[in-house]
Amino acid sequence: MTTAAQPIRARHTGEGRIGWLEQTVAGITGNIERAIFTEHHARSAGWLQRRDPRIKMVAGLMAILAASLSTSISGLAILYAATLAAAAASRVPFGFFVKRVWLGIPFFAGIVVVPAIFFVPGPRLFDIGIGPAHIAPSINGLFGAALFISRVGVSVSLAVLLVVTTPWADVLKSLRALKVPQVFVLVLSMTYRYIFLFLHTANGILLARKSRVVGRSTGGEQRRWITGTMGNLMSRAFKMSNDVYAAMLARGFGGEVRTFSTYRVRPSDWAMLALTAGVAAATILAGKVLP
Amino acid sequence: MTIETANAAAPGTPLAVGPGEPLFTLHDVGYKYSGRQVALDGVSLTIWPGERVVLLGANGSGKSTLLKLLDGIVGPTSGSIRALGLDIAAVAAGEDGFHFHREVGLVFQDPDIQLFSATVLDDVAFGPLQLGLERDEVGRRCADALAEMGIAHLADRAPFELSGGEKKRAAIASVLSLRPQVVLLDEPTASLDPRTKWVLVDLIQRLAAAGRTLIVATHELDIVPLIADRVVVLSEQGRVVADGTPAAVLADRDLLVSANLIHEHLHEHGVVAHSHPHDVSDGHHDAAGSVL
Repeated sequence: MTTAAQPIRARHTGEGRIGWLEQTVAGITGNIERAIFTEHHARSAGWLQRRDPRIKMVAGLMAILAASLSTSISGLAILYAATLAAAAASRVPFGFFVKRVWLGIPFFAGIVVVPAIFFVPGPRLFDIGIGPAHIAPSINGLFGAALFISRVGVSVSLAVLLVVTTPWADVLKSLRALKVPQVFVLVLSMTYRYIFLFLHTANGILLARKSRVVGRSTGGEQRRWITGTMGNLMSRAFKMSNDVYAAMLARGFGGEVRTFSTYRVRPSDWAMLALTAGVAAATILAGKVLP
Repeated sequence: MTIETANAAAPGTPLAVGPGEPLFTLHDVGYKYSGRQVALDGVSLTIWPGERVVLLGANGSGKSTLLKLLDGIVGPTSGSIRALGLDIAAVAAGEDGFHFHREVGLVFQDPDIQLFSATVLDDVAFGPLQLGLERDEVGRRCADALAEMGIAHLADRAPFELSGGEKKRAAIASVLSLRPQVVLLDEPTASLDPRTKWVLVDLIQRLAAAGRTLIVATHELDIVPLIADRVVVLSEQGRVVADGTPAAVLADRDLLVSANLIHEHLHEHGVVAHSHPHDVSDGHHDAAGSVL
């Protein structure tokens, strides 16, 4: 028996701490919430934010295609300079934009091309012998790796710029400009809508549990709790899907999907598209005349 | 641009009732969930055009189920409902649903269910788009509905960014854009702060003043006299136990206690014991507490 003067001791040490599994789940849901639903930059008054999202989508894809087709680092540099200028005109912070792309890209893209640096034939930059092995990076391989990483970096920069300057709802609706079927757009937009709700619910459940954790739980207990919570969320999602369908029926849904668009393409949008086409052409042509 | 519609066979054909005819006639209606759990039992009602009816009952009394039946998204498991000249069982089975839902709109209790699109404007436009209206007309209806609810500035916002009160208004706007004759509201003031609650009450009064028939499910006694000219009380067994004016129903303490809308709370002040009826919804004392 315990008294008020004797603090209750849990069976395990580390009372009040939640386990790594819960921390991981909470971290993932929190990061997704922040990554997807923070539309701060998309709602600021910048150059790209004022453009029609459909034109922006087409222009973005055109520029990404140019990056993929470019065979010169100089051409990619031109495209990246234009991307940075567009980001600056759209009031996207330079540090945020550059770090978001370039902190991860060299690592992930680099892993893919590391073997090519050594196996591509041609003259070597240097040759260091370590016993029977030689470290001898190929100049052609290094150039190919730099070109590949540049392409990936510029393409990702363009995609990031498109996403951070456009609310997700507009990104999804502008897919219609690419002739993506309406039902697909509706499903995507409803997924986007309800992911937030269920992430919020999942975070709420995690917090509710955290507030009642008075002793360290074992890995097995944590796994049982996580699977139970997943089942709970799935039941809620199933019930909500039925309710949402009822709400759609109540407003006359008959199985045919229609979306409403208030977008209007203005001359400045066409000008932006023409400018992008020019930069894309310059990027590709630069590969013919520049290294 | 004209959008081809699945309901093009009967465009612009409102379902109207003749003079002196009721909008809804319920005869001995019952509803069971999963064939076992009784939500409504032997409900008979007649609702006339232009009425402001409150369905009053405790949690689990079947108010929401009754609204879903009146909206034709579920059919009764027993009895019959005629609504705007149509058999609700047939509407729930898919017949005449297009016509019916342009005349009768349901605002769900949980706005997160009602607001399923990526932006408020998309949600408000959803109903008119299903009607197959032209783009300009859809835009006009959306603008009117958003203005009526005072949320035109929220049109491009995502529903998850809104406060509880804003979500409720957006949910109502999503129904008003259909311009229905009848608006069904399920717990419109639930989970709102006091200020927002009374703003919603004002909006509901304006909806009624515009000539619409309103049927509101609630358990909040304090809003009833302001939004209703008729009150139907449901017991916890899903039966109609009273049907009358707000003044008559709210004055019947035994009725409210038996429907679990207020409860009697016995406590002592010195040597005197008081019995205070409490309003279940907010716990406030009734001024007319009796001295034992």
